[in-house]
Amino acid sequence: MDLHKLSLSKQLEGLQKGDFTSTELTSQYLNRISELDGQLNSFITVTEDQALSQAKAADDRYKKNNNFSLDGLPIAHKDIFCTKGVLTTCGSKMLSNFEAPYSSTVYDKLDKKGMVMLGKTNMDEFAMGSSNETSYFGPVKNPWNIEYVPGGSSGGSASCVSAELAPIATATDTGGSIRQPASLCGLTGIKPTYGRVSRYGMIAFASSLDQGGVIAKSAEDAALILEAMSGHDPKDSTSLKLDQPDLTNNLNNPIKGMKIGLPKEFFEKEMAPYVLKSIEEAIEVYKSLGAEIVEISLGNINLSLPIYYIIAPAECSANLSRYDGVRYGYRCEDPKDIEDLFMRTREEGFGAEVKRRILIGTYALSAGYYDAFYLKAQKCRQLVANDFIEAFKSVDVILSPTTPGTSFKSGEKTNDPVEMYLQDIFTIPANLAGLPGLSIPCGEHNGLPLGMQLVGNSLEESKLLQFAHSFQSNTDWHMKMPNI
Amino acid sequence: MALSDQELKEIAYLARISVKEESLPSLKKELEDILDLFKQLDEANTTEVNAMSHPLDLSQPTRKDEVTEEDLRDELLKNAPSVKSGLFLVPKVIDGEN
Amino acid sequence: MKNYSEDWEAVIGLEIHVQLSTKSKLFSGASTDFGALPNTQACNIDLAMPGVLPVLNEEVLKMAVKLGKALNAEINSPTSFARKNYFYPDSPKGYQISQMDKPIVENGYLDIETENGGKRIGITRAHLEEDAGKSLHDDFEGQSGIDLNRAGTPLLEIVSEPEINTPKEAVAYLKSIHSIIRYLEISDGNMAEGSMRCDANVSVRKIGEEKLGTRTETKNVNSFRFVEKAIQYEIERQIHEIESGNKITQETRLYDSQVNTTRPMRSKEFANDYRYFPEPDLLPVNLEKEFIEEVLATMPEMPTEKKERFVSEFSLSQYDADLLAADKDIAEFFEEVTKISNSPKLSANWIMGELSAELNNENLNIKESKVSSNKLGQLISRIEDGTISGKIAKDIFEKIWTTGKEVDDIIKEEGLEQVTDDKEIELMIDEVIENNPQQLEQYRSGKDRLFGFFVGQVMKASQGKANPKQVNDILKSKLEK
Repeated sequence: MDLHKLSLSKQLEGLQKGDFTSTELTSQYLNRISELDGQLNSFITVTEDQALSQAKAADDRYKKNNNFSLDGLPIAHKDIFCTKGVLTTCGSKMLSNFEAPYSSTVYDKLDKKGMVMLGKTNMDEFAMGSSNETSYFGPVKNPWNIEYVPGGSSGGSASCVSAELAPIATATDTGGSIRQPASLCGLTGIKPTYGRVSRYGMIAFASSLDQGGVIAKSAEDAALILEAMSGHDPKDSTSLKLDQPDLTNNLNNPIKGMKIGLPKEFFEKEMAPYVLKSIEEAIEVYKSLGAEIVEISLGNINLSLPIYYIIAPAECSANLSRYDGVRYGYRCEDPKDIEDLFMRTREEGFGAEVKRRILIGTYALSAGYYDAFYLKAQKCRQLVANDFIEAFKSVDVILSPTTPGTSFKSGEKTNDPVEMYLQDIFTIPANLAGLPGLSIPCGEHNGLPLGMQLVGNSLEESKLLQFAHSFQSNTDWHMKMPNI
Repeated sequence: MALSDQELKEIAYLARISVKEESLPSLKKELEDILDLFKQLDEANTTEVNAMSHPLDLSQPTRKDEVTEEDLRDELLKNAPSVKSGLFLVPKVIDGEN
Repeated sequence: MKNYSEDWEAVIGLEIHVQLSTKSKLFSGASTDFGALPNTQACNIDLAMPGVLPVLNEEVLKMAVKLGKALNAEINSPTSFARKNYFYPDSPKGYQISQMDKPIVENGYLDIETENGGKRIGITRAHLEEDAGKSLHDDFEGQSGIDLNRAGTPLLEIVSEPEINTPKEAVAYLKSIHSIIRYLEISDGNMAEGSMRCDANVSVRKIGEEKLGTRTETKNVNSFRFVEKAIQYEIERQIHEIESGNKITQETRLYDSQVNTTRPMRSKEFANDYRYFPEPDLLPVNLEKEFIEEVLATMPEMPTEKKERFVSEFSLSQYDADLLAADKDIAEFFEEVTKISNSPKLSANWIMGELSAELNNENLNIKESKVSSNKLGQLISRIEDGTISGKIAKDIFEKIWTTGKEVDDIIKEEGLEQVTDDKEIELMIDEVIENNPQQLEQYRSGKDRLFGFFVGQVMKASQGKANPKQVNDILKSKLEK
């Protein structure tokens, strides 16, 4: 039986009923990984032995009828989540030899519920990138066409779920790193409200923007696992003091009478005709389901990109200072003095994009530029957040494309950082405001999938998933899988 | 926005990333392009706006003053590039150099 | 005192780092105990492992609020944390979590006593921050070893206004801060172990000049005495430089106590730029009114209050009260002694005299005293009730110090009770007068100062036990006859 074709809830049902074992399910994925990942490079580490022993433990618990809530379900973890005793690289040469001495809260929560880790997925180095071409472990390929990029930074997570090498994968999103690859790989990806998912053990890129989430084949699958990952964590001061939310019970409720906002600033932009067409078709679907479409204005939304490219690098410039070759990770050969140790370790251990952002961030924080760049950006960030607060007074969700287009060819944008940054133009605002956002497939162009984004009000992941699920209950874009 | 070689070298030093002389021009160009992006913020009127450092409008939680961490030195030092007698070894540090 | 020309004045500001005596660190649950094996008290947070996050220790907020109150300062709420960026091998994150815009304590002052009377020193701010680890340099074949046990230990940095003008004032201010943190029990203030550290910003200018001179920052000064000497040196150096036609460079200097000089630290290729920005891993801290009130309710009596009470309640001199109240342990010892002895003045004299000499001798602090407050109180009460003389008491004190015996046991065993019987004293006096006819004659012919000779002879005859007052009175009447 092709167990990998089943949805996550069907897999869980099968395990619970004893139709198949976690060992069978897990082995099937491990076989697919060894067979197909050579082309995709979506995993940095495959934890085969550990996965099989976790699967066996789950099977034993089922036998004894004392199984956990998600027992035996396989998952892939983005290599940004620390996993004790397992290589945790963050896609960087700097951590290419780093075995985490502790586990992230996200891993612990899912582990305690019985989930089986298949491995650690490839990613842009330190989550900086939109094409998964900055990884020290080589680029990841898009299963829809391996000449194309899967998006980034969670490119490995998207690629492996898209190719059905894992039923679901954790991911993180600082400016679109869940939603953009989900869009380019034809998947459902959700970034919850800032503070929903603990950042403890999730290697920091930009602390005030980073948020963990999942990339899945459907809103229903995403809801099941996001719910399990969420909840207050005393180890993260920015974790919301809220219990694990119920994200699944609302999925099937009708959206009739609810309001979808279309930000005119997004639609005034020059948009590829095929993108506009897909979005318009999606809007028609929602209209047919009884939703009301409202034009809204987010007056400062066009400031988002420069705001993001000041704040994220500024925070990252400090967050990445700990990689100095002293306590762990890469160290340059024969440092002649302490300065040489720092300068060369960091020059050799970081890739070009990471260094670029550290330098930009250092500049934006330096004496004489702080007010003009960093402080200004923080104020503008408030303006963007205010726009959303105003908008959500009259709408339930805000709809837009997730990305300016479908995927692009490997190497196409690597020489022009700013061109690459434009990939995140629709996704960044939600991070700035700390709001939940998701991307679901809504069309395709030249054999490549395309996604639309829904952004919700603070803490309204449940409503977002309800909108996504009702769309998926009435369309089959999310059912299309690449031929690989 | 133009960056001088000297500025770029200073930033690189602050960030402790050595930059080779031959890669200065291309790096400078890339950074300047990104800095040009920032000019868009000039048009925004922010005189009455507070700076937003956090997406959450909450107060910092605290923990009780208790020792909760045990000694895991051996495990924590496993990843260290160079260790002796439980210490991380680095090239000679001159006291108070900082 | 000044070794330099009278037309110069120094402008001094102190930055005092106080290590807070919490059980666990500022942002982690690792222990702060001093002296553990290297890196055994450094957890994944202290080592800045990838992905770790800080969580704030509640106790430090309480300590800071108390200090703020003791420094007559404002408590900021919300108060927030910032990252101070710099690379150093003992700074594991590459930034120190500190405070910039909203320090927890701001705008206070402290009144100190100087040679020229009282003086008020403004306190700019006191902020919370993490301590760094330590670099060790021995036995690593030319390399340094990094121990991060101290990394993340909470510090309060107290920054004064540049309102101090002499090395002596600097020491008085420093001692006053030391006294306060000990009273509040927020730090042990041990300068030798580094739990209180002082950096001095010093500049000089011609008297009457408005503009401040270029200042230097002198680091690494780890005792009260060295603070005075280092500042003194730095003032003289700066005046000498300027008078020789040179300019003062703004720089950081290290004090070398071995040779009593300061020297510049090696300067780097580029100026430092700490790039402070709000710490995104920590939210602003709101200090609720009730929280502050609860903390303030636990404030102990502070040195100045105690001193004033010693003057009013015990009629001590300002000077004595000041000395006793400066140190919390001494003040408490004094109050215990007085409670038993019922004689504040005598208790004060004994503590500042005999006891303090003995403690200095053996390099002990008052808590380690071999004569307990209880025993000293009893000893003094035996002087007060006339059982023993002050002179005998000194011998008994020595005996308690070495043997630990009870006061009354020693008096009894050695028969040291004071002789207060008039008849007995008279007999002794008669004998002395009889044995010294020559002196008696000289005395009677006007050599008054021989009175002391007779007192001495009587005391000697009584083995020091005769009551001196009675000896005086009776002797006077006998000699006048």
